[in-house]
Order: sequence, then C-alpha cells, then structure tokens
Amino acid sequence: MFESPTRRPLITGKTSYSQITEDIIKPIEAKPTKWWYLGFTVSLAALGLWLLSVTYLLFTGVGVWGLNKTVDWGWDITNFVWWVGIGHAGTLISAVLLLFRQKWRTAVNRSAEAMTIFAVVCAGSYPLLHAGRPWLIYWVFPLPNTYGSLWSNFNSPLLWDVFAISTYLTVSLVFWYVGLIPDLATIRDRAVGLRKKIYGLMSFGWNGSAKGWQRFESVSLILAGLSTPLVLSVHTIVSFDFATSVIPGWHTTIFPPYFVAGAVFSGFAMVQTLLIIMRKSMRLEQYITLNHIDVMNKIILVTGSIVGSAYITEFFIAWYSAVPYEQYAFANRMFGPYWWAYWTMMTCNVITPQLFWSRKLRRSLTASFIISIFVNIGMWFERFVIIVTSLHRDYLPSSWLMYSPSWVEICMYIGSLGLFFTLFFLFAKFLPVIAVAEVKSIYKTSSEEEIAKTAAKEGINLQEAHAHTNGAH
Amino acid sequence: MTKKYILGLFRDEEPLLHAVHELRKEGNTIHEVYTPFPVHGLDDALGYKRSRLPRAAFLFGCLGGTLGLSMQAWMLGVDWPMNIGGKPALAWVDFVPVTFELTVLITALGMVATYLVASEFIPGNEPKMPDPRITSDLFCIAIPADGASTSVSARMRQLGAEVQEKEVEL
Repeated sequence: MFESPTRRPLITGKTSYSQITEDIIKPIEAKPTKWWYLGFTVSLAALGLWLLSVTYLLFTGVGVWGLNKTVDWGWDITNFVWWVGIGHAGTLISAVLLLFRQKWRTAVNRSAEAMTIFAVVCAGSYPLLHAGRPWLIYWVFPLPNTYGSLWSNFNSPLLWDVFAISTYLTVSLVFWYVGLIPDLATIRDRAVGLRKKIYGLMSFGWNGSAKGWQRFESVSLILAGLSTPLVLSVHTIVSFDFATSVIPGWHTTIFPPYFVAGAVFSGFAMVQTLLIIMRKSMRLEQYITLNHIDVMNKIILVTGSIVGSAYITEFFIAWYSAVPYEQYAFANRMFGPYWWAYWTMMTCNVITPQLFWSRKLRRSLTASFIISIFVNIGMWFERFVIIVTSLHRDYLPSSWLMYSPSWVEICMYIGSLGLFFTLFFLFAKFLPVIAVAEVKSIYKTSSEEEIAKTAAKEGINLQEAHAHTNGAH
Repeated sequence: MTKKYILGLFRDEEPLLHAVHELRKEGNTIHEVYTPFPVHGLDDALGYKRSRLPRAAFLFGCLGGTLGLSMQAWMLGVDWPMNIGGKPALAWVDFVPVTFELTVLITALGMVATYLVASEFIPGNEPKMPDPRITSDLFCIAIPADGASTSVSARMRQLGAEVQEKEVEL
C-alpha cells in the first residue's frame, strides 16, 4: 500500500523483520536487568502492604476505614473510579485506533491493553472489599437462592456496574490474548526445553497460515468493534452510580460523556508514564519513538480540554439552575473545607494539559513524564472532589462531617499501586511488550529505512518536506 | 499424517505475493502459505472466501441480547415482581445496560471460541507448520509434491524462492 513518505517514521534506525523479533523477544529470554529487579522489589513491597492492610480489613471489618454516616464513600470508590478510568486508554488504543487504522497503535497497544487488565483488577478489588464479606460476592449475580427467588435488582446502577466491569475485564482479557497468540508462537519457535513447552502450550498451535491470519484479522476487527461501545458503556455506567442519585453535585446529565473523556485522559497519562519508563529501561526507543509520545500527548491535550470544558459547563449549569443546593455544592467545592482538593484538581487537569499546545513540550520526554504524573494526580483528585465534597455537607447541618482516610485506606491505595506494578513487571518479563507481528506489518510503510527508499524513488527531499509541515503527523 | 511438500521459502512479502499470483495463474495447487505477519491481499491472491466469523459473531450477539433481556424480564417481571412505589415491574429502560453488556460478552466469547475451534488452535496442539522461522522472518508457499508439475521447483526458484522438499504434517 502506498503511503506518502513525508509522514514521520514510526520505526527508526536500521532494522529488519528478524531484528524486530530479536529486539522484542530477547528481553524475555535474557536475565532481567538490575532495573527490573529494583522495580519489581519495590512493587512487591507495596503489594505486601496491600496484603497486610487487606488481611487486617477482612479480620476486623470495613469500620477500619475512615468512613462515617455522612461520608460513606471515600478513598475506596475514589480509587475504584480512578483505576477503571486508567484502564480506558488501553481499550481506546487497541480498539478505537484499530478501527481508525492508526498505525502508531501497533507499538503501544500490547502494553496499554495489559495496563487495562491490571487496572481493572485493581479497580475491582475496591467494591469487592467494600462489600464487607468478599467471599459472598457471588450474591450480586442473579443466582437461584434460598430466600424465595429474590433476584438481583436490575433497576440499580450498582448492579449494572457489576455486569459492566466483569464484561469489560473478560472482553479485554480475551482481546489481549487473541493478539498475543502469534507472538507467543514466535517465542515458542525460538525456544528450547521447558520454555518451548510452556509457550507452546500458551500459543495454541499457531502456525502463521494465511487462513489463520485472515481469521485473526476478522476476529480482531470485530473485537475492536465490540470493545469500542463497551469502553464507552463502562464509564457511562460508572457515572450512573452517581448521576442517578439525588445528591447535589452528582445528579447531573453531563456525567457520562464527562466521565468517559476523563477516563481516556487519565488513561493516556498512565500509558505515557509507563511507556517513557519502559522504552528507556528496555531499550525500545526504535519502536516507541518521539512521534508516538507526541501523538499521545495530543490526545491528552484534546481529552484534557474536554474535561476542562465539562468542569466549566457543570459549574455554569449549577448557577443557571437556580437550585440553592446545587449552587451551594459547587461554591462549597471551591471555597469549603476541601478547597485544596478542588484547586489541585483544577490546576492539574485544566491548566497542565494546555502546556501541550507547545510542540517542544510534546516532544520532550521530561516534560511529558512530569505532566503525565500531574494528570494522574489531578484525575485522582477529581474523583475525590466529586465523591467527598458532595457528601460531607448533608441536607441537615447536624449531619455535616469531615472525612479523612485511615492508615488502612492509605496502605490499600499504595498497595494497589504495588499490585498493578507487580503485574506489569511480570508482564514485561514474560510476554512481548510490543506486538511483534503487528509492528512487522507496518515495517514496509512506516520504518525510517523504507521511507527513505520510497522518498528517493519519488524524488522527494524529506528534510525539506518535514520543515515545510513542521512535523505535522 | 505427514505428506511430502515442495516448499518455496521467501524473505519478503512482495516477491511472495507476486509468486502466489504467478503460481496460481499457471494452474498450480497451493496447499497453504505461511507468513510471520498478516500480508495484505494474500487471502485474495489465494482465492480464499471471506471468513464467516462475522456471521457467527452476529448470531452470538442475537443470542446474548435475547438471553440478557428475557432473563431480566422473567426475573423481575414474572418470577418475583416487586411493588416499588407503584412503578412497573417490567422497567424496560432499566434493562438496557445489562442487556448490552451481556450481548457484548456472549458475542466476544462465542466468536473467539468459534475462531479457536475452527482454526484448531487449542492449548497443547502441536503447530502444523513447515518451518519454525515462519514466526520470525520467513515466508513460505507449500505445494503438495503429489500431483505437482515437474517444473514447479524451477519456477519458484525463478520467482526468487529457496526451494526445499520436506515430509511434514500441514
């Protein structure tokens, strides 16, 4: 397929099909680097903290959290929504960008999808533990039971959430694994002994036949088509948990699109944080190039601006509605006792992403890394602000209470980061972090070497062309 | 069961695609082609029909949607209707989210299961492939030696292939 050589390359430097295999599979076969051991140890320590705090929670009860009668959702649901949101970028990259035929997704989709799965696992742990007795969690499913046939309540958004999150986790996992099969076969065919056996078992007898690839592409396309509305439905349903209630500050129709945009925004920030570390520590600069970082920063800019507009709209409507409770809820967010959380959110989510209008900052690794951390923090505060500031001023002033987390909640949050990073480090060690076959399929149209060849044939001066477009992608 | 095949090994996609076109035009039977990544236009060149997996997916979708909606309607409307403030027990709008999720879930699981079974991709299966380098950088045309014309090896060499004869199970 012809593609204009003036497009920026997505694979830089000298490479070839076998070199791509070598570069991406080698880290799986070699001993991990000392950076891997260091990161893995720190993550394991944090995971230990999670196990400790969760064990204490289970033996004592949800009373060990800082929640009270007024603020009965706190860090638990904040973290739940934050983690689910982070997951959304992975699906957006693997599904929506596949439908739009965006070639740059090939270098980042595998790790972003892995991130989705691990983030949803972390997210799921919060409502599970908030239920109090997680060993009875199957009660949420509509199973025949001994209390007559009192089925689950399908009128409740909380139950919709159960179906949304479990479907999201399952479908993401299936999509990810279907994409992994050809690459697992690549590892199998290079390995000997036990590794060959294990990866052989995991690659299901994949043989690279034309018929197999045809079906593979058909399945990928349909899974992408299914995941796209799915990912929109998941955060829409999460937002229904709030929007269908009658709490001022929650009861707004803007929530579904606002939550979805926020989810993609925070998810891309997390992808950026992870990829910048990964490309450096695993020497993948040839495949995850500055052009990739640049386009992802553009998505952060767009979704960040949507989120910013949503904040302003929400604020305007609160004033325009002339409902005193609604107006109070927003004034209280800005100037009440949690003003610092509100302004942290505004600074991190509205102002910082606007810096990405500058091309220089979009293409700077340090700036991208720092801004991505700011966005992660800002989006955590967004959920905290929505949940806690809306709850802590009840209708009766006698019920007004403050909320602060206990050590158990803090440890569980740090611990969930530990769980996430432990899973991610294991993934980076044992599975190909870049979709090997997919990167090979764009090699001819998008690698620096091949582009140079095409340009020479067409008589195009690349330097001049790039100067002319100022690097527009 | 193993069989004897004439294998044309290529190093790149363009010569492979060209060779497939030429060999088919000259009336050779190609058993299968093996590539490290999906080669655009290869299924057309081989004359493969479009996959029927989308149809399977559609059927699973219909099944999931029907099951999801009727499950909720039966549970809340028929088996155990509840009077909640006089509101109707069959609250169809409330059933939309779960119906949607179950449609997606059953479509995805059903289609992927069909794909794996149809392609015989089952954990523990030995790969039926002519050369292990295919998953890295080798492109291969397999022609059954039985009934192949005598000139096919020479023709494949001419088209840029390295030719091998091999007893394999494909």
